[in-house]
Amino acid sequence: MTTFIDPYSSSRETTEGTVFSVTGGDWNELVTEIGATKEERIVVNMGPQHPSTHGVLRLVLELEGETVTEVRCGIGYLHTGIEKNIEYRNWTQGVTFVTRMDYLSPLFNETAYCLATEKLLGITNDVPERASAIRVLMMELNRISSHMVALGTGALELGAITPMFFAFRERERVLDIFEMISGLRMNMAYIRPGGVQQDLPEGATQKIRETVKEMRKAFKDNATLLIGNSIWMKRTVGIGYLDLAGCTTLGITGPVLRSTGLPWDLRKTQPYCGYENYDFDVVTTDTCDVYGRFLIRMNELEQSLRIIEQACDKIDKLAGAPVMVADKKIAWPAQLALGGDGLGNSLDHIREIMGTSMESLIHHFKLVTEGFRVPAGQVYAAVESPRGELGAHIVSDGGTRPYRMHFREPSFNNLQSTSAMCEGSMVADIIGAVASIDPVMGGVDR
Amino acid sequence: MFGAHGTGDTSGYGGLVRTPAATGSSERPYGSYFDDVADDLERAYPGFSDAIERVVVDRGELTLHVKREKLVEVSKILRDSLKFEMCMGVSGIHYPEQSGRELHAVYPLLSITNNRRIRLEVSVPEVDAHIPSVVEVWAGNNWHERETFDMFGIIFDGHPGLTRILMPDDWQGHPQRKDYALGGIPVEYKGATIPAPDDRRSYR
Repeated sequence: MTTFIDPYSSSRETTEGTVFSVTGGDWNELVTEIGATKEERIVVNMGPQHPSTHGVLRLVLELEGETVTEVRCGIGYLHTGIEKNIEYRNWTQGVTFVTRMDYLSPLFNETAYCLATEKLLGITNDVPERASAIRVLMMELNRISSHMVALGTGALELGAITPMFFAFRERERVLDIFEMISGLRMNMAYIRPGGVQQDLPEGATQKIRETVKEMRKAFKDNATLLIGNSIWMKRTVGIGYLDLAGCTTLGITGPVLRSTGLPWDLRKTQPYCGYENYDFDVVTTDTCDVYGRFLIRMNELEQSLRIIEQACDKIDKLAGAPVMVADKKIAWPAQLALGGDGLGNSLDHIREIMGTSMESLIHHFKLVTEGFRVPAGQVYAAVESPRGELGAHIVSDGGTRPYRMHFREPSFNNLQSTSAMCEGSMVADIIGAVASIDPVMGGVDR
Repeated sequence: MFGAHGTGDTSGYGGLVRTPAATGSSERPYGSYFDDVADDLERAYPGFSDAIERVVVDRGELTLHVKREKLVEVSKILRDSLKFEMCMGVSGIHYPEQSGRELHAVYPLLSITNNRRIRLEVSVPEVDAHIPSVVEVWAGNNWHERETFDMFGIIFDGHPGLTRILMPDDWQGHPQRKDYALGGIPVEYKGATIPAPDDRRSYR
């Protein structure tokens, strides 16, 4: 006769001690049972399916009472082998893969990948100014939508539900703009080697300017709700402490590094995409804690709005300028037009390649099926993503596909600091500390 | 830009495998701040000529090819004397054709003090894929080295806990090696069968 084990609430003996399985329902029984054991030390497995772990992050916590003595992260639950897959696609197709890594900041992944590819091709200076301005515009909009999720879910995980509603309301506005420009709300594959996929639609900058005005007003909602709020302050001030020495040795970048007072922002220190021509400030705090990182993200929103306005001016000034490199051996032959069945290649282009010029047809076919060749070598290109330094290390063997591509993901790197931030603190503070790192598991696991 | 080389087969089925050419070392002057970095390192580290196999400047980036025995020594000097406070991880590359140095590990370094970037590269044979760990120099390389071990099978000696990080613990093989197939199954769509990406015709 076999003994029956209740899968929802049970305890069993193992060589490491008694193991309790906890799911929903009444915990009273469990609490009494654990109370009966003499053990002070409990190992708790938190995640990977847990609403407060930002996706499929698994935390293994060792507790003495309510104090955390050791934290270990378990990752890899969202590993999709993007870096391997990309070795089997041509350089342009690669964009559709990298955009799916860190799904909250797709445009940064695309830009890092494209900057590296352009560096390999040696066409960095040939990318049209209008294309760079559009990239900056899209990245800064993306920074807002990403910070909105960081702030909204961070607050939600600490028990405040209204900030999440406000944050996602603003994020919707940004996603609407993305949809208007690229046709997609996420994973757009909009930025391509050599420029961007297509020009902005009619009236786009006007719409963005209106949205910026509305967002500037609406951002105040969350600021008034949280800044100075006594519960919020108690949950964030002095929590998740990590100072400058800790940050540098752990390779931490982004808002966590800036919360130590170091104004390190690649947009200022190592500008790309013409960031040196925009007027904005690097936001820092010197508290080294969760509250400081929250303040940085709040204030970076305003800086992003400033950059967006300047980018709109720049784009308007460059009306009619190209958005893709002039070299037809690299520029994707996408003369897009809106037809009766949606967006597709323009009929004029089809007419030209099918009806008048055999060479154009061959060129189109070769570029789309075979793709362009990239001279052999390796490069590293980094951009300042909402989470820190996002670096693309790409190796080419001179062929039509990347030989090796590796992303230095800020989420992956920064998540290592969980132990340094949380060991010695209370269990409840882990949530705030992890939320302040803002890891996106799609980026961590790739 | 376009066109087949060698056999002239343009069908995509020819399997025109290209072998990546190893770039030679660069001559002085390297340009930009690279001469300063090389000078400073030579001054601070007397074993420079012994430890650094090659210096390559390509596309505005400096790569120092370091012997693996000297990696930790050079790293410490770079961190303490040349102020490369941050190591942005480690990225593996597998070149099956380069016999004797099939596996490469690439370390991008960042100096916040001087606002500079350089890169270290270490190459080891596949049969003896051991590289000393730099976790004692830059603690943040812990997970990066675990990932490179997971994906390429490079063993970082002295790492505090070198285990798989992205793949399951009991996984066989190292997926990012070139002899590890991508896998996948053919997909049927409207009566036609589309082969897995591995088996599709492709221009290499």
